[in-house]
Amino acid sequence: MGAGHGHKLHYHGHSVVHRAPAHLKVASLLVFMLVVVATSRTWFPVFGVYLALLVAVIAASKVPPLYIVKRMVVEVPFVVFALLMPFVATGPRVDVLGLSLAEDGLLAAWGLLAKGTLGVVASLTLAATTEPRDLLAGLERLRVPHQLVQILGFMIRYLDVVTEEMRRMRVARESRGFSARSVRHWPVVARSAGALFIRSYERGERVHLAMLSRGYTGSLTPGATTPGATNATPTTAAPSSTTPGNHA
Amino acid sequence: MSTPVLDVRGLAYAYPDGHQALFGVDLHVHRGERVALLGPNGAGKTTLVLHLNGILAAGAGSVSVSGLPVTKPNVQEVRRRVGIVFQDPDDQLFMPSVRDDVAFGPANLGLRGEALERRVREALDKVGMVDFADRPPHHLSFGQRRRVAVATVLAMEPEILVLDEPSSNLDPASRRELAEILRGLDVTVLMVTHDLPYAFELCPRSVVLSDGVVVADGATYDVLTDDALMSAHRLELPFGFDPRTIGSPSAG
Repeated sequence: MGAGHGHKLHYHGHSVVHRAPAHLKVASLLVFMLVVVATSRTWFPVFGVYLALLVAVIAASKVPPLYIVKRMVVEVPFVVFALLMPFVATGPRVDVLGLSLAEDGLLAAWGLLAKGTLGVVASLTLAATTEPRDLLAGLERLRVPHQLVQILGFMIRYLDVVTEEMRRMRVARESRGFSARSVRHWPVVARSAGALFIRSYERGERVHLAMLSRGYTGSLTPGATTPGATNATPTTAAPSSTTPGNHA
Repeated sequence: MSTPVLDVRGLAYAYPDGHQALFGVDLHVHRGERVALLGPNGAGKTTLVLHLNGILAAGAGSVSVSGLPVTKPNVQEVRRRVGIVFQDPDDQLFMPSVRDDVAFGPANLGLRGEALERRVREALDKVGMVDFADRPPHHLSFGQRRRVAVATVLAMEPEILVLDEPSSNLDPASRRELAEILRGLDVTVLMVTHDLPYAFELCPRSVVLSDGVVVADGATYDVLTDDALMSAHRLELPFGFDPRTIGSPSAG
């Protein structure tokens, strides 16, 4: 497996931001995002303030900026969409570098890019400074329904297992001379995805059986078996240092 | 003799799709025994195991654990008494940390606080994994995960430990370490396995299940050296392994 310590999104550290209680960070992220989304996209300077806040938090967390930047690739599809908008939107046109672009489209693209980027950076910062299990404990403390937290817990636990299974299936496919180079190969990939789905489903059943075998009766007793809760005292109860403002 | 820990009588079972897996199985395991359950693929071994703690309900016949019949009302107590370690530790370990996972079973039994903490530590200590309590299971090696899976069941202080293919996918060192752990446990063991040398090493007694019935039950040495029996039920010793050259009861 050769998996390193911690999750791929997590950057190990002991900064103020790392030590801040997870529920505070989650709540801050949520408030920050609501404020950003509610901000009119024409208030250009305000976005500068948001960015400055984020940069300050990242600096305080001592996570290398490049670490965050590399993980921003998830935003690429949105960037592509945003870049297309000025071309496809209708309405009054302006000339930029010899291209005729829609004014509304430009503004919409800016809004999407600015808000999207702020959201992605803020979320990545949360992920980089919070261990997945602390995040779950934080959600629990925020009174997120138990079932949802459990589902997230299972997701985190089995993400690596399923990814590894997917990788093994790909390796096995490629060992038999297959590689998905063109659209014509997609049916094979789709069938693999189907097989992976069934395998995961069956694994879910086996996990359930194993849980039943250890006396699981349908209710996870809070406090004792909640992911992250048993251990909350020794490792995660950091001094509740005050985090500045409403950002994550 | 006293009440057997495991008392299976005339157990028959057919899956909902009509496929019948067990045709009247009789099996008695007494306290402190280590028994290997052998048999080819599809013999019904896993089906039998799932009856032992009431995951599957007997179509005919009965299963009792230390005198307690495996029925709906008793299922919680039966699952405490029968600890099953499944073949794939990834199926068994689902919590974000080893500690939480080992705590899962005893917490379901109602343990809390200090008592729970102590139970977890003892179980991890028995398999030599105390130092890994705070690690996520998916960052452990396969052998370590198998050991933690054993600990998750030991934490429930079962009367019988049922292991499904305990040596599968283990490297020889992990395999030996697990054998040492199992030998050191003061608990009755039923081990489902294809690994005949492992059965010979650990279990003085073997039961052979084939096509849903018990076809042999006796000393492991006698079973493994009965060539007619072995070949009739698709059991084969690995190349170079001959119990005769090792001599009879070595396991203790």
